[in-house]
Amino acid sequence: MSMSRRRLLGAGGGLALTGALAAACGSNTGRDGDDHAGQPVIKQWYHQYGEPGTEQAVRRYADAFEKANVQVQWRPGNYDQQTAAALLTKSGPDVFEVNGPTLDQIQGGQVVDLTDLLSEAKDDFNPAVLAPKTYQGKVWAVPQVIDTQLLYYRKSMLKASGVEPPRSLDALIDAAKELTTKDVKGLFLGNDGGPGVLGGTPLNAAGLTLVTEDGKVGFDDPAAARTLGKLRQLYAEKSLLLGAPSDWSDPAALTQGLTAMQWSGLWALPQVKKALGDDFGVLPFPQDGAHGAPAVPVGAYGAAVSARAQDKAVAKAYVKWLWVERTDYQEDFALRYGFHIPARISLATKAAKLRQGAAGEAVRFVTDHGHAEPLLWTSASRTAYQDALSRIIKGGADPDGELRSVVRKTEAELRRVKKKS
Amino acid sequence: MRGTCVRGLLGPQNRHLWFWIFIGPFVLGLTLFTYVPLAWSVYLSFFDAHNTVSPTDFVGLDNYAAMLGDDAFTDSLVTFLVFTAFIVPATYALSLSLALMVNRLRWAQAFFRSVFFLPVACSYVVAALIWKMSIFNGVRFGLANTVLDWFGADQIAWLSTTDPPWYWLVIVTVRLWLQAGFYMVLFLAGLQRISPRLYEAAAVDGARPGWQVFRHITFPQLRATSVAVVLLLVINAFQAFDEFYNLLSDSRGYPPYARPPLVYLYYTALGQGQNLGLGSAGAVILALIIAVVTVVQARWFGLGRKDD
Repeated sequence: MSMSRRRLLGAGGGLALTGALAAACGSNTGRDGDDHAGQPVIKQWYHQYGEPGTEQAVRRYADAFEKANVQVQWRPGNYDQQTAAALLTKSGPDVFEVNGPTLDQIQGGQVVDLTDLLSEAKDDFNPAVLAPKTYQGKVWAVPQVIDTQLLYYRKSMLKASGVEPPRSLDALIDAAKELTTKDVKGLFLGNDGGPGVLGGTPLNAAGLTLVTEDGKVGFDDPAAARTLGKLRQLYAEKSLLLGAPSDWSDPAALTQGLTAMQWSGLWALPQVKKALGDDFGVLPFPQDGAHGAPAVPVGAYGAAVSARAQDKAVAKAYVKWLWVERTDYQEDFALRYGFHIPARISLATKAAKLRQGAAGEAVRFVTDHGHAEPLLWTSASRTAYQDALSRIIKGGADPDGELRSVVRKTEAELRRVKKKS
Repeated sequence: MRGTCVRGLLGPQNRHLWFWIFIGPFVLGLTLFTYVPLAWSVYLSFFDAHNTVSPTDFVGLDNYAAMLGDDAFTDSLVTFLVFTAFIVPATYALSLSLALMVNRLRWAQAFFRSVFFLPVACSYVVAALIWKMSIFNGVRFGLANTVLDWFGADQIAWLSTTDPPWYWLVIVTVRLWLQAGFYMVLFLAGLQRISPRLYEAAAVDGARPGWQVFRHITFPQLRATSVAVVLLLVINAFQAFDEFYNLLSDSRGYPPYARPPLVYLYYTALGQGQNLGLGSAGAVILALIIAVVTVVQARWFGLGRKDD
């Protein structure tokens, strides 16, 4: 049957009208039932977790909230940049998880003060991850789960080469060289050779910090140049695995036998255990120098409320319900799908999965050697530092000169953010 | 009076009305989505605009001074120059060679033209990921490393090695593969415009087919096409983003090498720093550089002169 242009346009118009009516009647809510009809709507954003089941879990929690219609958005891609841009508009989230918020987001009034949500539960949140979410005594996000990074090593490979698990940076450099063969590299610190993932951890291992507690540059010290200079040796001696198909956050390089040691996240532990059984161990980043100490980075995604949220009171009530009151959900979210440490100390200490073996050691590393990125460590400072670290490691640039330039940049950034406070 | 105004607006035989019905939506879209953001970006460049698009702190030319004094930004301009130095002559030579070959084919010309043109339809993101993850990954089972292994050579971490800077090979080849077909089609069109009489006359005068004919007939006759191709290649090189970003960035950022201006501005303005004032100043500087280079280049090649 032939169709004239007029009939085609008419049919198209009819379909569009049907679609518009269906949308107006609320048929496209993405939900099975209409338990929340007529209730306030909360848009909640999560970044895409790699572990199967997590998305279904957070949708289940959202459905269980009785006072609002919570619409979960699971957002793949560059999440931090998506949220940063969306917060400038009215179409952004009401509640969102954030690897922050950053100081600029707090000072720019983009997030809501959540101090009153914690009340008596505040002491039960791990102080290491609550501190970077606290500015001028106010809490700007409720920590959800704690993550850390560890040095994984293959016991059998170390044993075959007669190498002891490295307890100092010098020992790590020697071990990586010893373990490197034609097909297997000694150490994997990410495809960029380490600057991206290590961040301030080597400085912490040298007994330094990125920003001191009184808000000054914490690495204007000869020890910083000495330690960062040693990382160059790993690269120059060709002990580092570079260009692996997946990056440091995925344990594939270790489990596939491309490397004998790998820096990766705590979340990778179940995968490593499944692939290698007991043939692996974990260590913190080894200490360097007389004043150094082993170090692991700790961080936490937190739940924040946008200052542009339509109904801030309901959004805050939802965050309190989900991440302060419903401790069963927090435990489920942390331990059932991936592998994270619950932000509540009481949950972390009683979780059976976190008491034994490598997991138990990881929890101890977080307690004894954990460092979180200070809130005053801004994005511009981080970029300048990572660029310098890359030039030191790959280009063999002079660590002293590179660090002097980063110190200047960081001082300028600290002056800028202090001026706004 | 009102009727006269409406008639004036509509014009004779409603020509004005139809003009605006067809052109209006595009003008509106262009204004809303291009000119307004452009003007707003210029406005932002004079303000301290951290995490806001409606700033209040006027800072004058501070953002421009900061951007021009920023080593990372000037380094990114050097990256662009190096990239241009590789990609423009390489694409020019490859696409012209392909066009000459395809033009000489007596059979299956349409087939080979399509084969060489097809990569143009591939997304830069997809191509970059194929290059990064399967051809040029740094482990023993990457395609390039497998070939090296056949000859007993060591594995190379193509994208992570700065000395020698193998990453340029990856960046240039992916763009060559993606864009040579498009410029080949432009050259083919140019070749088909050359009058066969010129070749006949050259043959009568005793010119040898091949290099001599190419040098004295074909190449000079392609001058207008060549100027357009080089201009487009330079502008495209300035706008390089997709393949650089997808080849070299990871979740933690971007290495300081091979970072073209657009990638740097993307991180400055839209990264976690959200310094929209500084990013806008960089965008204005970059736009001015592109405009100046294009005008100088066009003048140099004599684009638009009457004899063209």
